[in-house]
Amino acid sequence: MALLEVRGLEVAFPLRAARLQALRGVDFTLEEGERLGIVGESGAGKSMAAYAILNLISEPGRISGGEIWFDGQRLDTLSNDEMRGIRGNRIAMIFQDPMMTLNPVLTVGTQMIECLAAHRTMSEAQAQDLCIAKLREVAIPSPEARFNAYPHELSGGLRQRVVIAIALLLDPAIIIADEPTTALDVTIQAEIMGLMMELCDNHRVGLILITHDLAVVSDVTQKMLVMYAGRVVETGTTAQVIARPAHPYTRGLLQSLPQKNTAGGMLNQIPGTMPSLAAVPSGCAFHPRCEHTDARCSSELPQLRAVGRRMVSCHHAEALK
Amino acid sequence: MDTLAFLIKRLGQAAVVMLVISIIGFSIQDNLGDPLRELVGQSVSEEVRDELREEMGLNDPFFVQYWRFLTKAVQGDLGTSYFFKKPALEVIMGKFPATFELVLAATFIIIFVSVPVGIYCAIHPKSFFSRLAMAVSIVGISVPVFLTAIFSIYIFAIYLDWLPSYGRGDTVDLGFWRTGFLSLDGLSHLILPALALSSIMLPLFIRLIRGEMMEVLRSEYVRFAWAKGLHPSRVYLLHAFKNTLLPVITVGGVQVGTLIAYTILTETVFQWPGMGFLFLEAVNRVDTPLIIAYIIVVGLIFVITNTIVDLVYTMVNPMVRITGVKG
Ligand SMILES: Nc1ncnc2c1ncn2[C@@H]1O[C@H](COP(=O)(O)OP(=O)(O)OP(=O)(O)O)[C@@H](O)[C@H]1O
Ligand SMILES: [Mg+2]
Repeated sequence: MALLEVRGLEVAFPLRAARLQALRGVDFTLEEGERLGIVGESGAGKSMAAYAILNLISEPGRISGGEIWFDGQRLDTLSNDEMRGIRGNRIAMIFQDPMMTLNPVLTVGTQMIECLAAHRTMSEAQAQDLCIAKLREVAIPSPEARFNAYPHELSGGLRQRVVIAIALLLDPAIIIADEPTTALDVTIQAEIMGLMMELCDNHRVGLILITHDLAVVSDVTQKMLVMYAGRVVETGTTAQVIARPAHPYTRGLLQSLPQKNTAGGMLNQIPGTMPSLAAVPSGCAFHPRCEHTDARCSSELPQLRAVGRRMVSCHHAEALK
Repeated sequence: MDTLAFLIKRLGQAAVVMLVISIIGFSIQDNLGDPLRELVGQSVSEEVRDELREEMGLNDPFFVQYWRFLTKAVQGDLGTSYFFKKPALEVIMGKFPATFELVLAATFIIIFVSVPVGIYCAIHPKSFFSRLAMAVSIVGISVPVFLTAIFSIYIFAIYLDWLPSYGRGDTVDLGFWRTGFLSLDGLSHLILPALALSSIMLPLFIRLIRGEMMEVLRSEYVRFAWAKGLHPSRVYLLHAFKNTLLPVITVGGVQVGTLIAYTILTETVFQWPGMGFLFLEAVNRVDTPLIIAYIIVVGLIFVITNTIVDLVYTMVNPMVRITGVKG
């Protein structure tokens, strides 16, 4: 059994007006030390899938179906207290905006030590040494001084390093990073991403990387998951999916990337936008935007099935491959 | 060092505010009745009056008179009360402990009720208790304080006969201070007025804390705190509440003025022998020096509490420590 296994995950927001289904059956697995990329346009449900693993979905959203297994333990049925023992300890998270992730009124040191205190028993001095060692490991200059600093005294890049240090503090088995570099300066994005990969390798940490950047996914991940309107539309090894995408949506995403040979030219954007949860199209949710649509696409929901050595949910996958 | 610079700046601001208040106070003296009538009565002839006026400097130009007033005021001389025939400042300060203890008790009630209730309502916004608290506080905001006071007197003092409804009761003299905190009778006299006074602010603060904290609970850093596996008490009471405090302190500082203003009403309804009650009596007797002394003392209290509030704010918010101004 894989280290992490998500099966048929469903997340719903029972609102007064309607019951919005943010995830409609998501499956994926992650092996020890493996890296999985999750891509898809805004609103696809990437963050939802990540938050669901640690049961961090904000009210009134809840997991309404499926199972999440981690290291032989079922996570989605754990009590809050039991879940607390997993969070930050076995599975850590890194969020998008380091300006918002650290608490503005608490020092870096406080925010690190409390994480240790929540999961381990050790002396104050031991804890502080460990924290400073971690700050050094993420290449923060003069870590002793930074330890006592407040977040606003650090640059965005340094703050994200602090967040990474906190995520690594307890040697988790998995780190979930939700667009960890999107909010950063372009110049330091690569630096932070490189640091994360190095640390994940050193500590054999599995990584779930959520991003809009397909170039990064193809650089650093072994597996990828393409999501659309709360479902997985294509998944497989990153190399295969990127080289020969089978789902029209994946193709669209790849074509909208700036290519070497079309530098400066117009990007091929997929026409239309991601549907809102209140009005998900019938059949294949992508059909109104797809150029290969036929009658079957609008009436019958395509199941995720093996096509070649990957999984695709498209009625025309074989024909398009 | 930053704190020192901040204090110096604040002291400068305080001086300006006090100067403005002194001008207002002096203008009142200039316009409110004829001081001679209060002093000498009707029977004195006009010539003698003029002579007295000249002697007292009442015919001097405005600025000369104001300067005289200011130099005396700085030395603590705010004139002599017509009614008590004693220095006005001394009369006011004699009533200060009563008002101070009333405001202190009301502040404690406000803090110890609004903080837990506000936090609870923010964490469980849909619970029955939260809905009830919100409904009650809506009503509380719209009921005038004298109604609350009169109803509480009727219920607890007259109908149930549990609590005294007027005066301070037994007080203990500490030499420099007369306190009602140290006797059971004094404390029981404090309950109804303090509750009435706190009822003005309670709904506001409960709603404020609830609203701000709900906002904070949606923030990324609170989500990150959960993701670290922290205990809920730490997430709510440290991560969320410390951030909630910032806007609450700012509003609290402004509301101190309102609270002092409402002591006049509360003290009058409960016959509480404090500065506010004294002030209203002074107004009725056109005891101008006493009115002015009250205004200046209250202005000073306001300036001091605001400085304290600002200091607390800088202690909670690390961002202001760097720049010395609210960011
Ligand atoms: N509190 C909520 N109530 C109702 N719907 C919500 C709520 N939070 C999120 N959603 C919906 O859930 C869907 C999935 O959101 P999610 O944040 O997972 O998208 P995403 O793929 O991470 O997008 P992005 O790239 O913008 O981060 C979206 O359609 C969003 O509108
Ligand atoms: Mg997201």
